[in-house]
Amino acid sequence: MPFSTLSDLKARLDAGETTAVELAKLYLARIDAYNGELNAFVDVDHQHILDQAKASDAHRAKHGARELEGLPIAIKDIFCTQDGPTTCCSNILKGFHAPYDAHVITRLKNAGAVLLGKTNMDEFAMGSSTETSAFGPCRNPWDTARIPGGSSGGSASAVAGGLAPAALGTDTGGSIRQPAAVCGITGLKPTYGRVSRRGIIAFASSLDQAGPMTRTVKDTAMISAVLCGHDSGDSTSVVDAPAVDWLKACEGRDMKGLKIGKPKEYFVDGMDAAVRKSVEDALAKCVELGAEIVDISLPHTKYAVAAYYVIAPSEASANLSRYDGVRFGHRCENPDDLLDMYTRSRDEGFGDEVKRRILTGTFALSSGYYDAYYLKAQQVRTLIRQDFLDAFDKVDIIATPTSPIPAFKIGEKADDPITMYLSDIFTIALNLAGLPGMSQPCGFVGGLPVGLQWIAPAWREDVLLAAGSAYEAATDWTTKAPASFGGAA
Amino acid sequence: MDIDVHKVAMLSRIRLTDKEAAHLGPQLGNILGYIEQLSEVDTTGVKPTAHPHDVAMPQRVDAVSNANRRDTLQKPAPNTESGLYVVPKVIE
Repeated sequence: MPFSTLSDLKARLDAGETTAVELAKLYLARIDAYNGELNAFVDVDHQHILDQAKASDAHRAKHGARELEGLPIAIKDIFCTQDGPTTCCSNILKGFHAPYDAHVITRLKNAGAVLLGKTNMDEFAMGSSTETSAFGPCRNPWDTARIPGGSSGGSASAVAGGLAPAALGTDTGGSIRQPAAVCGITGLKPTYGRVSRRGIIAFASSLDQAGPMTRTVKDTAMISAVLCGHDSGDSTSVVDAPAVDWLKACEGRDMKGLKIGKPKEYFVDGMDAAVRKSVEDALAKCVELGAEIVDISLPHTKYAVAAYYVIAPSEASANLSRYDGVRFGHRCENPDDLLDMYTRSRDEGFGDEVKRRILTGTFALSSGYYDAYYLKAQQVRTLIRQDFLDAFDKVDIIATPTSPIPAFKIGEKADDPITMYLSDIFTIALNLAGLPGMSQPCGFVGGLPVGLQWIAPAWREDVLLAAGSAYEAATDWTTKAPASFGGAA
Repeated sequence: MDIDVHKVAMLSRIRLTDKEAAHLGPQLGNILGYIEQLSEVDTTGVKPTAHPHDVAMPQRVDAVSNANRRDTLQKPAPNTESGLYVVPKVIE
């Protein structure tokens, strides 16, 4: 039951076999039993969760069920929620209560979902391991000595460990897909502009996008159907985005005629050989299902990490200037003057990784360096985007490994920024191009999950879901769950 | 790459202790050194991308849509008085 899919839980609720209150109690008991070990949740308000569940059961009885009626969904601590704290796992926002809900939170509430607490993350979503959290590191349920990926590591750990059936994450350079991959679950980053960013604490505004983290492809579709859509309160939310029939797209059971691009730059020396083999085996399965594999090249891939580490920190340095100790957040004790208040509040409130990124971004945008860094990175971004456009002339979808390595040990890369940054090497390029991507489980290496990443043209999440559903139906990876948390491995 | 980390930190409005500067300065140099590989790419005549899609900024109807929520919005502030944010003295 704790490892049930969202669609199974929905069927049981609809059949009257269980209630929202029973489900809420089940997952709260799981959180009570296992969160001490995983540190996946940073805030859980039992009474508030039970109240939401009671209200949902009442709504079902009186008016019928809405799309996600009674389904528990965990929320990354980056989404503003007016009931309870929102901290982005940073000391600078400790004790902050948002005065409004993020747009997507309103959408989940209006669909009847029960919000199951806030999940751990890298501070301000800056990281690939959920080690930079002000609440301490989160752990991977497949091996608690290892990281759950990041930055949405708490959401991934909660779903993989059966502490929640589904969760929301955000993805700026891979923060949904990489943790989904190393925790053995499914995660979707929609096309940039598909989901409103209003009320999601901003990291890099031209890259950030929210999406679901679930046990199956169909579950990502169920949540996406609710999350996606124009919001007049977010000027980057696209007005006339081509519609997707989310659930229908999941009916794919074969890949007849599907042309899958295999980019040579994503299958390279230096990546884990066993990870590579898992992904190659997955592609062989796709051929059995009727797909054709086409070798392609995305020649500017090697520059994606460098371009990203100019663009994302530059945008972050501007976005994080709002944390100045004036209107909200941490203020230092007894400031001498205004400058002392700004500089000391920010020094005390931000962790090292956030400081590194603010400093990098500030440098890249500073007088005399703008053209060589920021403008150059934006030009390289154009070339990276063009690589994908050219590839999609030849293929319908692209398949790659999500992460070059399985989950590493906590502390292993904590003080080596460049090595840490390179763990996102396969996920970053599609954020720069604004494309949708999805990771789904495709095997295990030494007991640790491996992820297969799908990349589709802009607005074609239906292609991701169809391919992912066909692969999922032909394999049994999504039925695996970590034995030490009561699953059948 | 050799960076004056204190200068960048002041532009960022972050006070770094000497210990932090000694730690973060070389790391910042390494990060910027890694980024320098972008100079290998020929970008002559390439337009910069600031937004992934070629779309115009949508405009909403020019009408007031926000109610006055000052009290709610000021609630998270460290210090307010009479609807104003209180900060240290800025004029001597």
